[in-house]
Amino acid sequence: MLKKFIVKKNHYSDSVALMKLSAEIESAPGILQATAIMSTPANIEIAAAAGLVDEGLQARPTDLLVAVCADNEKAAEEALELAQGRLNNSASRGVAASQSRKMRPKSIQMGFAEQPDLNFALISCPGEFAAAEAEKALNFGLHTMIFSDNVSIADELRLKQLALEKDLFMMGPDCGTAIISGVPLGFANAVNKGNVGVVAASGTGLQQVTSLISQGGGGISHALGTGGRDLSTDIGGISMCQGIEALAADKNTEIIVIISKPPSEEVAEKVVATAEKTGKPTFICFLGAEKGTGKGELVYAASLAETAEKVLGKLALGARTPASNNGSPPDLKDFRDEQEFIRGVYSGGTFCYEAQIILRDALGPVWSSTPLDKSYKLADSMMIREHTVIDLGDDEFTHGRPHPMIDHRSRHERILQEAEDPTTALILFDIVLGYGANPDPAADMCASIKEAREVAGRDNRQLIFVGFVCGTDHDPQNLREQIQILEQMDVIIEEHNAAASYRAASIAKSLKEVRFGKPDGRD
Amino acid sequence: MPDLPRESLKVANVGLEFFSENIETAGGSAIHVDWKPPGDGDADTARALAALINNPIVEAANEVAFDRYHSANPVVDSIGRARDDIPGMDGRTILHAGAPVAWKDMCGPMKGAILGATVYEGWAQTLAEAEKMAENGEITFDSCHHRNAVGPMAGIISPSMPVWKVTNTEHGNIAYCTLNEGLGKVLRFGANSEEVLKRLNWMEKVLAPTLASALDNTGPIELKPLIAQALQMGDEVHNRNAAASSLLLKKLIIGALESDAAQNDIKSMASFIAGNDHFFLNLSMPACKCMLDAAHGVAGSSMVTAMARNGVMFGVRVSGLPDMWFTSPAPVVDGLFFPGYSRDDAAADIGDSAITETAGLGGFAMAASPAIVQFVGGSPADALAQSLAMRHITIGANSQFTLPSLDFAPSAAGIDIRKVVDTGILPTVNTGIAHKQAGVGQIGAGITSAPLDCFLQAVEPLHNSISGNS
Repeated sequence: MLKKFIVKKNHYSDSVALMKLSAEIESAPGILQATAIMSTPANIEIAAAAGLVDEGLQARPTDLLVAVCADNEKAAEEALELAQGRLNNSASRGVAASQSRKMRPKSIQMGFAEQPDLNFALISCPGEFAAAEAEKALNFGLHTMIFSDNVSIADELRLKQLALEKDLFMMGPDCGTAIISGVPLGFANAVNKGNVGVVAASGTGLQQVTSLISQGGGGISHALGTGGRDLSTDIGGISMCQGIEALAADKNTEIIVIISKPPSEEVAEKVVATAEKTGKPTFICFLGAEKGTGKGELVYAASLAETAEKVLGKLALGARTPASNNGSPPDLKDFRDEQEFIRGVYSGGTFCYEAQIILRDALGPVWSSTPLDKSYKLADSMMIREHTVIDLGDDEFTHGRPHPMIDHRSRHERILQEAEDPTTALILFDIVLGYGANPDPAADMCASIKEAREVAGRDNRQLIFVGFVCGTDHDPQNLREQIQILEQMDVIIEEHNAAASYRAASIAKSLKEVRFGKPDGRD
Repeated sequence: MPDLPRESLKVANVGLEFFSENIETAGGSAIHVDWKPPGDGDADTARALAALINNPIVEAANEVAFDRYHSANPVVDSIGRARDDIPGMDGRTILHAGAPVAWKDMCGPMKGAILGATVYEGWAQTLAEAEKMAENGEITFDSCHHRNAVGPMAGIISPSMPVWKVTNTEHGNIAYCTLNEGLGKVLRFGANSEEVLKRLNWMEKVLAPTLASALDNTGPIELKPLIAQALQMGDEVHNRNAAASSLLLKKLIIGALESDAAQNDIKSMASFIAGNDHFFLNLSMPACKCMLDAAHGVAGSSMVTAMARNGVMFGVRVSGLPDMWFTSPAPVVDGLFFPGYSRDDAAADIGDSAITETAGLGGFAMAASPAIVQFVGGSPADALAQSLAMRHITIGANSQFTLPSLDFAPSAAGIDIRKVVDTGILPTVNTGIAHKQAGVGQIGAGITSAPLDCFLQAVEPLHNSISGNS
């Protein structure tokens, strides 16, 4: 048997609370006797008489004494530790009383009071405050994704360096989508779980590839975004390389996919070098870029769809959602001579970019507010000129207006504007499904198509609509249902952006042929 | 290289609320932050704040400051006289509540109290004469807080006034406060009539010596255990001091009876204290001051060491910025008014008594004192909610001050300017309300909160102080 005690200096507690504490310690394993008292001379005398402490113990009346008699040292220590815990306690007390009047967390730090195991922060507040919130999140050890745009490149670099230091992800700014362990962050599609890991500097690129893989029977382990500027020379692909390394180390990831617009040579080298070291089959899509060279298991793909196809090939999966009926073949003879051009009205930036590459290669120059080549930048984004492809999700159009993936109005207006124009032959569009997106975009698009046809019909013109839907059968909007809605409008629906773009290009070529004969003049 | 979370994602969502909903729908876990731009919408302050949040320098400094506050042991050991004990009180010096303020800028009650004190000191025969002296700059004014002192309401301390001397036996610093005059027409509310001055004289000549001899016999009285007990008895020791005053009287009466003090003096002392439920306020305040001064001046610390109002400006002092005051116009207090008075009659918030909130008492310990929320028509549940809310803006909690109705939870203590600015939750302050005209006195009591601006102002200087800029 042994005696042990602690004195908490200057610590008042009322006698009822102390009696409760004494009883609790006494019932602890191995404890024969225990007391918790204020160290008044009278109390000490009683404790000494009970054999719990020695007479003449030095303590002041305002000190709190906890003393135990125990079988063994360990039991005594554990009991005193328990007492310490109870006395130091406790920010958690009173929480039960407060449940009914719970205050919502007002800061990330307050979020920890509700969920001590936070491990991720998703920041979508106004851009001028986003860097500050991200800094707090990183300093609390949270992986961070900044959905907001309007964050300076200097802040992006600073935050990414901080994240590197702390071994955390800093996705974004302007990172629209990610899927981590099946959890959608920002705008994301409901994809199958699987073994394909994606890192993308492009939001809709990520959505297209993950959706096609999922629809083809594959699945996604994680899909990480980096933000569109990550592969610039200023940032140097910090997040991209972190993401590749993390996927390389991730047990659930067996295949890696990298998606970006073509980066500078220097950054491309760095990314490729990182990709070569993964030891896992790695597919690189630098949109529209010539096939690169790489050692190891690197495979290059030029388009998003090709990337998904190659991944599915690797997974020995071929079956995909069959392309739909493709509409009834348009009778091109009915088109007026001046109806020559394709007009793209996109909501996804990467789709707009990819469409421009495909149309340019097939037809020549394409005008845009976000062109591939600066010499084809529209002087005014409201202008229409020859083949024109617009990204209505670009900052220029979303300033003070909701994004077209959420709210169809800006696209509706643009589609009517195209319908008024006598040179428009074909309207090319995307529809993006998923969490966060418009709950029924096909219905909205059908309304626009109907009205556009009426507008053109008054002028005895017809219009061809070619589009595709990016999404999955698991998305809240349901891919199949959305396609069915569009099909009722006699619209050509392709499986993905590349197919829709090729189809549009081929129709534009046919139109020319109908009017001017085959280009080789042998007709 | 970052690890992809092996466990499920637990997301803090700042911004678009539907992202949280999507995460939850897909089986993830998300907490939506009820976010507003911190720094009242000023992006530079928000940035400086971000650099301070969870900053190891600040965290370490706060640990030191909080520990000093928590381990301080304020003990009342004697009654002194301002002239003899408070440093630099020779000549015509008068101390007042809050941050320094010039005569011409002072509010009515403070001016009234100063005039009363000038006559009480015998520097002038009439209030009119006193006013001329003040206008002519013949009186030196300074903040109580600059002289280790605190004062309720106008907080006037003049050289002849008797003062409680409270010593922190742990760190050695001392805090002073006058004796409480009671309610009604009293100097601290700006009243300065014959009756007021007569009472001040009696306090100096009879009450103080009697208390002093009582203290000689009781020996030093430890104030923290007394406050802790009072919290169990329904006080928050700012706006309600009924229990603490009784506990104190219990000790003093024995001490006085054992002393050589005249029977009549003991009787008048006892009946004066018994008739004044706020008598202990002037001890709870210097006790808090003693604890917080121990925490003042820790480089890098974001802990608030004083909140004080001079009737014009609400002022805040921060441990890591020891020579600065951060001030913002004092709010008018929301509360209950005595018959015949209304909000229109009220002076702006005034007094050093918010030192109690700064120390985790008063409004922070509201759960101990549900009676107080009735001043603003609240329920006991509001009192609990208030005490719980304060946890989100403090460094820690005081395990010596526990709140029975919150399952004996420790009272939130050590206001952190970072958390105030980051959450927008404002420190709550329980307080009396003075009439805006000098001489009328107290017209009500109520609850208010510290203005955000005071805390905002401190963010960038604190950031500069730890990043080596100035």
